[in-house]
Amino acid sequence: MKQAPIKTECKIILDWITKEASVLDLGCGDGELLALLLTEKQVHAQGIELSETDIHRCVALGLSVFQQDIDTGLSEYADSSFDYVILNQTLQQVKKPDFALKEALRVGKKAIVGFPNFVQASARLQIFFKGRVPVTKALPYEWYDTPNLHFIGIADFKDYCKKRNIHIEDSAFIRKNSTVKLFPNLFAEVGLFLCSKNA
Amino acid sequence: MEASHLATVNQTLIDSEQKHFTFANPPNELALESGEKLGPITLAYETYGTLNKQKQNAILVLHALSGDAHAAGTNGWWDSLIGPGKGLDTNKYFVICSNVIGGCRGSTGPSSTNPKTGKPYGSDFPLVTIGDMVNAQARLIDHLGIEKLLAVIGGSMGGMQVLQWMVSYPDRIWSAIPIATTMKHTPQQIAFNEVGRQAIMADSDWKRGHYYGSQVPAKGLAVARMIGHIIYMSDASMAEKFGRRVRPDKEPFKFGAEFEVEGYLRYRGDNFVKRFDANSYIYITKAIDYFNILNGKSLASIFSGLKAKVLVIAFKSDWLYPAYQSQEIVKACKLAGVDATYCEINSTYGHDAFLLETEQETHLIKHFLNTVSNGYNGGA
Repeated sequence: MKQAPIKTECKIILDWITKEASVLDLGCGDGELLALLLTEKQVHAQGIELSETDIHRCVALGLSVFQQDIDTGLSEYADSSFDYVILNQTLQQVKKPDFALKEALRVGKKAIVGFPNFVQASARLQIFFKGRVPVTKALPYEWYDTPNLHFIGIADFKDYCKKRNIHIEDSAFIRKNSTVKLFPNLFAEVGLFLCSKNA
Repeated sequence: MEASHLATVNQTLIDSEQKHFTFANPPNELALESGEKLGPITLAYETYGTLNKQKQNAILVLHALSGDAHAAGTNGWWDSLIGPGKGLDTNKYFVICSNVIGGCRGSTGPSSTNPKTGKPYGSDFPLVTIGDMVNAQARLIDHLGIEKLLAVIGGSMGGMQVLQWMVSYPDRIWSAIPIATTMKHTPQQIAFNEVGRQAIMADSDWKRGHYYGSQVPAKGLAVARMIGHIIYMSDASMAEKFGRRVRPDKEPFKFGAEFEVEGYLRYRGDNFVKRFDANSYIYITKAIDYFNILNGKSLASIFSGLKAKVLVIAFKSDWLYPAYQSQEIVKACKLAGVDATYCEINSTYGHDAFLLETEQETHLIKHFLNTVSNGYNGGA
């Protein structure tokens, strides 16, 4: 089996999650992150994913997954059923992100949210100079075939958390596979947040 | 080696002789859920592959309404899934399949001899339930010296038996694979079964179930089977298979089987009569209709404490057991914190898909069983 280098995003999430925790990954895709968490952190892993092809891939990796829509798939879970609920590259694609995050923080003690930063410099430049909807490395889609339904920036997300009384325990910002410390809202391609409910 | 020769070799490996296990001899009859007693009971069963020393590689395959113990080998009803290198790999696993009680393919059912009269039971046969079928299977598993099954797997009524195993014998299974099934029969599902039963009962040869030794209610049973074939297929699969094609040799409006679909249904109906007993059809459809795994319990409590891993499979075009019914099973698993996987396979075959989409099923089942056996061997 090929040993692909672990993505920076995955590395950071791996660091945030404690050993043998229970993890629910919403929109787990082909199961790359969950499989990593399973081997590195021996977590109790559950994924939810809509694509049948991805479900087959996840099962091949030995993962437990539900082929379901995450807009509706969490109602059966009791409060705090999981230590972590992951929304990695998912929040911008769900119909009701506000509801999804609220549900994630209900069924999970903590939520990990990762999304492409829609307001990073190259996107801003494309809008300003080209007058076009930006297409970048982190946002590779044309307007007519993008799965992204919502546009979030890092500063937007921080404002949102304040408004919803969500506590940001930790955060990380990534550009070209390394972390960004300075002006993340301007430079980072991806924002990652470890959130919990404020007591 | 020629491919055809290789196929023959593999076939000999898999072709199993039918075996019989008799138990519940009077006065130790099996107590049925109805309160009645049944005994002696014979179960016809077949096995494929070898039981390992630890007796930890056994998989019980559960058949649907018209199925039997002959799951694999020549004309086996799930031969595409069971065999060397297949989804249920007989090089690794010991696969067991038995005919249900109430059936007519070697296990005790209405066509068996009633020890009290020396004649076939007919409609004096007691009502059996899915729970009774599973209790009988558990006795067979005892007999084979197996404490815990690696997996129980089945589609349709077979899936109901899987759910019953999850509830009745949660500690005797490492994993469960219910396919294209439901936790309880709905009014629509009961209605289809009732039309089938009425077709049999309306046949003057049925004689209230005591027809053995004379003409069997062939017409009635054939019509019942025709209804079955309609609800097992989908609009799309029928359109693809038959279209509106007519058979040129048939004169129009003479009530012959003009359309190909008519000819197909008549052929399937007539063929079914040769291998199936009308009373068994009535008893087994009744067992299916009575099936309600919840039986007064809540969705949240039905699987509570279940340690087995579960793989639920549904098919998009299945309108007899629609995917929402499989999602209910998934919901119950979530509520109980059961380790489960759910896949909705994209297929146009309707309910029949569980017998036909074996490539997709094989991929899921093979990897799922790998995970289960690895977890098991690792002592997880």
